[in-house]
Amino acid sequence: MTHGLPPAQGLYDPRNEHDACGVGFLANIKGAKSHAIIRRGIQVLCNLHHRGAVGADPLDGDGAGCLIQIPDALYREVCGFALPITGDYGTGLVFVPRDEKSRAACMQALKQAAEAHDLKLLGWRDVPTDNKALGTIARTTEPTVKQVFIGRGKVTPKKFELALYLARKQAENTVKREHLARGAKGADELFYVVSLSSKTVIYKGMFLAHSLDEYYADLGDERAVSALALVHQRYSTNTFPTWDRAHPYRLVAHNGEINTLRGNVNRMKAREALFAHPEIGEDVRDLKPVILDEHGSDTACFDNALEFLVRTGRSLPHAMAMLMPAAWATKAKLPRALKGFFEYHATMMEPWDGPANMVACDGERICAALDRNGLRPARYLLTTDNEILYASEMGTLDFPPEKIVAKARLAPGSMIMVDTARGVFLEDDKIKDELAKAHQYADWIESYKITLDQLPAPAQPPMPRHEHIRQQQQAFGYTVEDLKVVIAPMAIDGQEPVGSMGDDTPVAILSNRPRPFYNYFKQLFAQVTNPPIDPIREEIVMSLTQYVGPARNILDAGPEHCRMLELDQPILGDMELEQLRQADVEGFRGTTLSILFEAKAGPEGMEKRLEELFIQAERAVDNGFTLLVLSDRDVDDEKAPIPALLAVSAIHHHLIRVGKRSQCSLILESAEPREVHHFALLVGYGCTAINPYLAIDSIQDMVDSGVLPQLDGNTAADEEHDAVYHYTKHYIKAIGKGLLKVFSKMGISTLQSYCSAQIFEAVGLSTAFVEKYFTGTPTRIEGAGVKEIAEECLSRHRVAFAPLIDPNRDLDRGGFYHWRRDGEFHMMNPEVIALLQHSVRANDRSTFKRYANLIDNQAKNLCTLRGLFKFKDTTAIPIEQVESAESITKRFVTGAMSLGSIGTEAHETLAIAMNRIGGRSNTGEGGEDPRRFERDANGDWRRSAIKQVASGRFGVTPFYLVNAAELQIKMAQGAKPGEGGQLPGHKVTDYIGWLRHSVPGVTLISPPPHHDIYSIEDLAQLIYDLKNANPQANVSVKLVSEVGVGTVAAGVAKAHADLVTISGCEGGTGASPVSSIKHAGIPWELGLAETHQTLVLNDLRGRIKVQTDGMLRTGRDVVIAAMLGAEEFGFATVALVTVGCIMMRKCHLDTCPVGVATQNEALRKKFNGKPDHVVNFFRFIADDVREHMAKLGVRTLDELVGRTEYLEMNEAIKHWKSKGLDYSKILAKPKAGPAVNTRCCVAQDHGIAKILDRQLIEKAAPALERQEKVVIEMPIRNSNRTACTMLSSEVARRYGEAGLPAGTIDIRFTGVAGQSFCAFLSNGMNVSLVGDANDYVGKGMAGGRIVIHPDPRVTYRWDNNAIVGNTVLYGATGGEAYLAGASGERFGVRNSGARAVIEGVGDHGCEYMTGGHVVVLGKTGRNFAAGMSGGIAWVLDEDRRFGGRCNDGMVDREQVSADTEELDVLKSLIENHARLTGSAKAKQLLTSWDANLKKFVKVFPREYRRVLLERAKKDATDRIAKETVRG
Amino acid sequence: MGDPKGFMKHTRQVPKYLPVDLRLANHEEHIEEFSEEQVQTQASRCMDCGVPFCMTGCPLGNLIPEWNDLVFRGRWKEALAALHATNNFPEFTGRVCPAPCENSCVLGINEPAVAIKLHEVSIVDKGFAMGWIKPTLPPSRTGKKVAIIGSGPAGLACAQQLNRAGHAVMVFEKSDRAGGLLMYGIPHYKLRKEKVQRRVDLLVAEGVEFTFSCHVGVDVTWEKLKADYDATVICTGAEQPRDLAIEGRELDGVHFAMEFLPQSNRRNWGDEDLAALHPKKQAIGAAHKKVIVIGGGDTGSDCIGTSLRQGAANVINFELLPEPPGARPNNNPWPQWARVKRISSSVEEMTAKGGDVTYSVATKRFTGEAGKVTGLVTVKLDWSSGKPVEVPGSEETYGCDLVLLAMGFLGPRKLGIVEQIGCALDPRSNVQTDPDTRMTSVPGVFAAGDARRGQSLVVWAISEGREVARCVDSWLMKHESLLPSVRIEAFAY
Repeated sequence: MTHGLPPAQGLYDPRNEHDACGVGFLANIKGAKSHAIIRRGIQVLCNLHHRGAVGADPLDGDGAGCLIQIPDALYREVCGFALPITGDYGTGLVFVPRDEKSRAACMQALKQAAEAHDLKLLGWRDVPTDNKALGTIARTTEPTVKQVFIGRGKVTPKKFELALYLARKQAENTVKREHLARGAKGADELFYVVSLSSKTVIYKGMFLAHSLDEYYADLGDERAVSALALVHQRYSTNTFPTWDRAHPYRLVAHNGEINTLRGNVNRMKAREALFAHPEIGEDVRDLKPVILDEHGSDTACFDNALEFLVRTGRSLPHAMAMLMPAAWATKAKLPRALKGFFEYHATMMEPWDGPANMVACDGERICAALDRNGLRPARYLLTTDNEILYASEMGTLDFPPEKIVAKARLAPGSMIMVDTARGVFLEDDKIKDELAKAHQYADWIESYKITLDQLPAPAQPPMPRHEHIRQQQQAFGYTVEDLKVVIAPMAIDGQEPVGSMGDDTPVAILSNRPRPFYNYFKQLFAQVTNPPIDPIREEIVMSLTQYVGPARNILDAGPEHCRMLELDQPILGDMELEQLRQADVEGFRGTTLSILFEAKAGPEGMEKRLEELFIQAERAVDNGFTLLVLSDRDVDDEKAPIPALLAVSAIHHHLIRVGKRSQCSLILESAEPREVHHFALLVGYGCTAINPYLAIDSIQDMVDSGVLPQLDGNTAADEEHDAVYHYTKHYIKAIGKGLLKVFSKMGISTLQSYCSAQIFEAVGLSTAFVEKYFTGTPTRIEGAGVKEIAEECLSRHRVAFAPLIDPNRDLDRGGFYHWRRDGEFHMMNPEVIALLQHSVRANDRSTFKRYANLIDNQAKNLCTLRGLFKFKDTTAIPIEQVESAESITKRFVTGAMSLGSIGTEAHETLAIAMNRIGGRSNTGEGGEDPRRFERDANGDWRRSAIKQVASGRFGVTPFYLVNAAELQIKMAQGAKPGEGGQLPGHKVTDYIGWLRHSVPGVTLISPPPHHDIYSIEDLAQLIYDLKNANPQANVSVKLVSEVGVGTVAAGVAKAHADLVTISGCEGGTGASPVSSIKHAGIPWELGLAETHQTLVLNDLRGRIKVQTDGMLRTGRDVVIAAMLGAEEFGFATVALVTVGCIMMRKCHLDTCPVGVATQNEALRKKFNGKPDHVVNFFRFIADDVREHMAKLGVRTLDELVGRTEYLEMNEAIKHWKSKGLDYSKILAKPKAGPAVNTRCCVAQDHGIAKILDRQLIEKAAPALERQEKVVIEMPIRNSNRTACTMLSSEVARRYGEAGLPAGTIDIRFTGVAGQSFCAFLSNGMNVSLVGDANDYVGKGMAGGRIVIHPDPRVTYRWDNNAIVGNTVLYGATGGEAYLAGASGERFGVRNSGARAVIEGVGDHGCEYMTGGHVVVLGKTGRNFAAGMSGGIAWVLDEDRRFGGRCNDGMVDREQVSADTEELDVLKSLIENHARLTGSAKAKQLLTSWDANLKKFVKVFPREYRRVLLERAKKDATDRIAKETVRG
Repeated sequence: MGDPKGFMKHTRQVPKYLPVDLRLANHEEHIEEFSEEQVQTQASRCMDCGVPFCMTGCPLGNLIPEWNDLVFRGRWKEALAALHATNNFPEFTGRVCPAPCENSCVLGINEPAVAIKLHEVSIVDKGFAMGWIKPTLPPSRTGKKVAIIGSGPAGLACAQQLNRAGHAVMVFEKSDRAGGLLMYGIPHYKLRKEKVQRRVDLLVAEGVEFTFSCHVGVDVTWEKLKADYDATVICTGAEQPRDLAIEGRELDGVHFAMEFLPQSNRRNWGDEDLAALHPKKQAIGAAHKKVIVIGGGDTGSDCIGTSLRQGAANVINFELLPEPPGARPNNNPWPQWARVKRISSSVEEMTAKGGDVTYSVATKRFTGEAGKVTGLVTVKLDWSSGKPVEVPGSEETYGCDLVLLAMGFLGPRKLGIVEQIGCALDPRSNVQTDPDTRMTSVPGVFAAGDARRGQSLVVWAISEGREVARCVDSWLMKHESLLPSVRIEAFAY
């Protein structure tokens, strides 16, 4: 039970809360206990302060805590009663209600539970606490803190921890039941056993790190000693006082997020029915539920699962490796035994996937593990005193340099362990080696696991193709577009087709046409709280493998678990399906359940059939069938299909409820699924494998009819010759790739964890329907129920089987992608586009009114959620009293469209117009021509006021940043949230290349995530960086509307952003896979309202502005957006239309016939837009807004913000499908006291008033003012973040892109630098650091020089110890870096110009690099050079194993060429490195240079080579031409 | 879309008319041959727009981007199916339609539009040549009977659609052949009459029945129709010509265009006794005459071309309205129908033969001798105020032997069946219907085509016929019709 979070209300749901954090531990490896460990542990936490967050009251932290070994000496003296010897008693803090009666009941429950497990409750102690340090909110819910002592009683020492665990769980269940019975939920009812163990004790609460020992006097008591201290500082997305949500939990503290949580929890629940344990016996019931609070935080759930595995007999590292396996399935070579270990466990436990730095402690051992992607930072050091310090950052405690024996980082998917009992520190390979050797796992896999080809061929052949394929297609709602736009391109290209210009069709519930049931669900995606993954470039972590077969008792550790059928991907051909259907071997018995219903029974028939299916499915499981094939074969005029997704999910959830789910696999044989979104949903709701027979039949039909061309032949083997085989294979491949994309969007790597994870939001389905059939899925505006859905099926069925209609006639045209006259409604239709263009060109308000009426008068086509709103009747005022149009247009912005995606003319036209009206245009990703920074002679300004910072960081230089009024961090974009982008080489013209600081002609990839934002505290860091880079600019964060976006926005507000944009799914202009355009993201009405409500609820609304965009088109739209909580309004699609866009949806083809979205010179000449047109449009909108305001009786827009009381639902215009809609959640207003601001009126405190750079700027004054050389020497520590950036921005502001002459400002630091050291460094700054640095060194640097090397007094070798953290030189465009040591992950990611020398890098080195030079004088991690399209890297390959670690997808590996120019570059870089850092490695290399040169491997991107060759050829031709002329 | 860059590589090319003298030698079509490859190249210019405005220009909502693409790919048979999906008679529209689709073609914003009409006619001609166009009979019959009055394009389209839905259709035609204006209005050189007959024959083969030379309201009464049929559709067209009530109108040699053109078309069938058709039992010919055509529209053009082919000594043309601009004015932007000067092939022929068009001119009176017209007097009009004002002293006299009045139509003929049925008329004196159900004020009686919307294009007539068929089917079957529907109202831009 989580107490302290408000109950779900309006669009706010506490289930969406996230946290992220700083984590660390300090331990003595030999187990020597001291009070100093605790004291210094807390010190670590204080130095991680900046990774936490504060709420509205600066004292209200998000929670902090500490886990230590039981301080026996202290307790013995203070508890007031006799304690048995150490180890014979368990203890723990317990949060109990302040109310005496409730408290007594809780304490009694624990006492009874202890006794029930043969334990003895020894007594209670009142824990001394001091709440002076608590913030106001934390104080309101501060629980009473008691400490319980429980004696071992009759329990054996070995089983003591288990008994304490069972007792605690029983007590928790008892109190939970009792709370439920009373309906108790409030924070004052909190009963929470912080920990209960004979080994560890945890102190935690809702305060800031430095208050930990102030609140708990125990921790400051010298008598308290421990050999280890595990500490945690929390950063949550809310400001609510949730004492139980502070870390550590019983075993773990965590920094990160578990993305797959819902599926993990569901599956754990499904396993419970099979629990059996010889030592636990009857008490096995107390294990359940394993996850106490399904809606608890991800860490709480993970902790529950881990604790369950550990207490029931698995070792701590074993359990950790089960839940967070490394990426074992890929080509990286693992020892056979270890691979066997992982594979065996994969058959019983899916990964708990997500960015995680998880630290677990059982009192003797501490394990720290990193997720397979290594998405959280983890650094550690070892000392001569046998101490280990582990933390998210270096520098959290000071050690004399000579005492440090190693500085390292934790690599992705790996673990370290301190075993204080054995007195050893173990690295990953040692730990895993021990685990792997425990059993013959690899042998087990070999003898038990089977693959499809090991199943016998089916006795019966697959079903023949239907005679009337058109009729089948009709019955399942296929359209011409499904074939032409979706299936055919996938069959031909093997990948999903790409589209442009967003989605402007109605959401399914508002469509007049029957829509596929899948359309009611929207894909969720990662933003801010965890990163999406790049499934192409980071393929090594991805997997589509699924296991088919029944699960077994997880408490058993025998080989039977891996009696599983392995599928390498989830799409089955017809033959493969028959193999499964007809399987009858041990563990695999197939049976078929028909999901058809009697059409003549009407809508009720479907519901009835579902009930029958529940019984049939249960019976099948009871009868020992393990493969349930759900089939919609044989639809005819009497039988109609239940939507396959509904059937799958309904049976899945029913079987979970009756405890039979884990004993079978659900396999689907259906005509329905045809596009990626369909398959993603089916898997997401529990289906293991799918046979899309009609999609396959359709491919065959298209081959037969010649739509798909025959193959040329000769190249392929016979089978490959067959066109149907070929196209089907491509189609299945495309689906697989698409699935990877869908779940990587959420940051999930494996299909196994995605399966049943339900990462979707329903839009337009009733709660009753969803709770029954899609349990746990968010749905917020109600809508259709089972009857309406059945009616949609039946209407398709009626059309297909109408007696008088030719069964072979053409399919419905669709019109879902492209507008069709008889197809789906589009918001941007011919009338709207034409009238809009006519009105702005002629400056004719009456035409504009016709346009606006067409949109606002929605009687025929509901189309948008806002279409169903109505303004309430109020008293009007004269329009003269309403604020001016000029002041309203200042709130308007245009969307982020890069120069590249649209042409220069269109881009500048928008900028000029927005500057004229005081609004703001947006650069989009891709830089801006510095010539636009100054006003033109005629007074116009082509500068975009908003400078976007996107994941590719193209063109993001210090000069660019200082020329912004607003800096926008694009976390996601409406058209394709969670995805990256790609600008193909042919579109990178000389001009674009120059703007983006990249090589013209070379493809540019924008990664899906910002590689410096994997969590909310990372975002806070980037905001801080940007604020340093331009203190005058507002920093904004762009999010896309989805369930939970409000919670993320609250986190963003706490991260000190000045503005947050909520983008709707409608609109969006970028090129993107069609399934992303259509099925990811939700309308802004929901996201905006949720954001506003959540911010108000958290009292954060006052310090952040809210903006929205996504197909805003009229004044009415603007007024509604304001009422739902927006202060500013973005327009992209319509703004483009005003300058000539006619929605060709061909932006990705570079063929825009009106010269808007193209780089083609000839086409750009056709551009016909004028700034006046844009200005006219925004004036018209403002005039419209004013008219509405006058009618409403409102004088200023500010008065409208969040005023949902002006809105109501227009009941008059609902139709049969949408009649169940209910907007009360959108219209809900959170109760807020008079002191709570409901619109932005307070400035954020960015904490940059007293930073180090203020001193630097002062000291550098002679250089800044007179270009005189200055030398500055200073100490630095990890809390000095983003050092040198504000100074650099001063340089850029005064001296532009060129900066100062090299070395004008010479800064020399000693110590450990905080994150983002030297970010956005300008020319003229030489910065050296003796010591080391953390993540993001040299981020976005444009010039200057960074030199970092360890203190010469350290005793370790520099080259294999960490000198910097992750993501170094991200997006750098110039400058040099010499780093004497190793880095973490993603060194040089998206570097486009910096030159760097480093002595070792982690995984994904030089990823997406587009330019610059990188020299690695040592080992690299895996996946080096993934997505690298430009620049050169040289890697010293001493062990000759670099080949296996390099991703050769885009690069060649070769010898360093004999070309002297190249040799000079390489050698001079290494010489500089030796000279500047004193690196022993560099010196040694140079001493026998010629011999060592052979050890270098040159990494040369193929595309870059091609472009260089072309350029050389062109230069030569030009030269010859010139010479000829001269001659 | 075949070639995304096709429009950047190729310019618009459409078949040209052959030289004027060749054309005027007879009444046949004289147009340049285009090879399939040439047509496919043209089709590559289609951009497969995200919002294909051409579909809004076309009253049928033709699936233009789809068949353009299929033509480009040489998938003619599928192109034909896609074309027929929305258009019952593309061989007519492919020849006589002024192609509003091309006016709203997106490429037309800044380049010559895609040659949509060329593709249309090429597809359907290929379809007939290959024998792909065959009668398709409905799978079963509903037992319902529908009477359609009039066999013009609206009546024919309505008949074919209703027949497809399984109803028994009887078309009543007052003339001796089916087709209405298609048969007797449009000159042979624009639309060969065998092509009209070929389509009618197909309808007959599909089961549509015709009763010719049966003037409903005269030869058969409304009472009888009502008793025999479950529904009736009025597709009688807008046959009431606009007259010129001025001095000398009664003179011989002053005729309505629709007295002149049908006779010419009949001559091409080899019909005799043409005079029988004329109210005054006159055979009208232009040979060796000085001809004045009053009215600058399509009908006027047809009169000019036909007169020239009949061997007129000379032909001139008067238009009341001012000369339209050569390019779109600002207040007439894309994708609206461009109100620009278009020179029809007939006007081109006239100019070649020394005639011309005079704009802003009104006819004041006819002059004659012995009851025969010998000339007329005109006056110049000043349109600068937006309204016509006669210019004082601008009167001019022209000599002539034949005057053809082609000044438009004023709705259906008022006497006869419309009167008998007693259905309400709209303010423009067309048959009024409910906009959604297409039913007149009399239950079970529907209307479509020019009779309902007033004088319009063939393509509109087909569109009306299709829509009314859907409405009739719904009404007869008491559930939503499965016949295809398009948004039929004009687009509001």
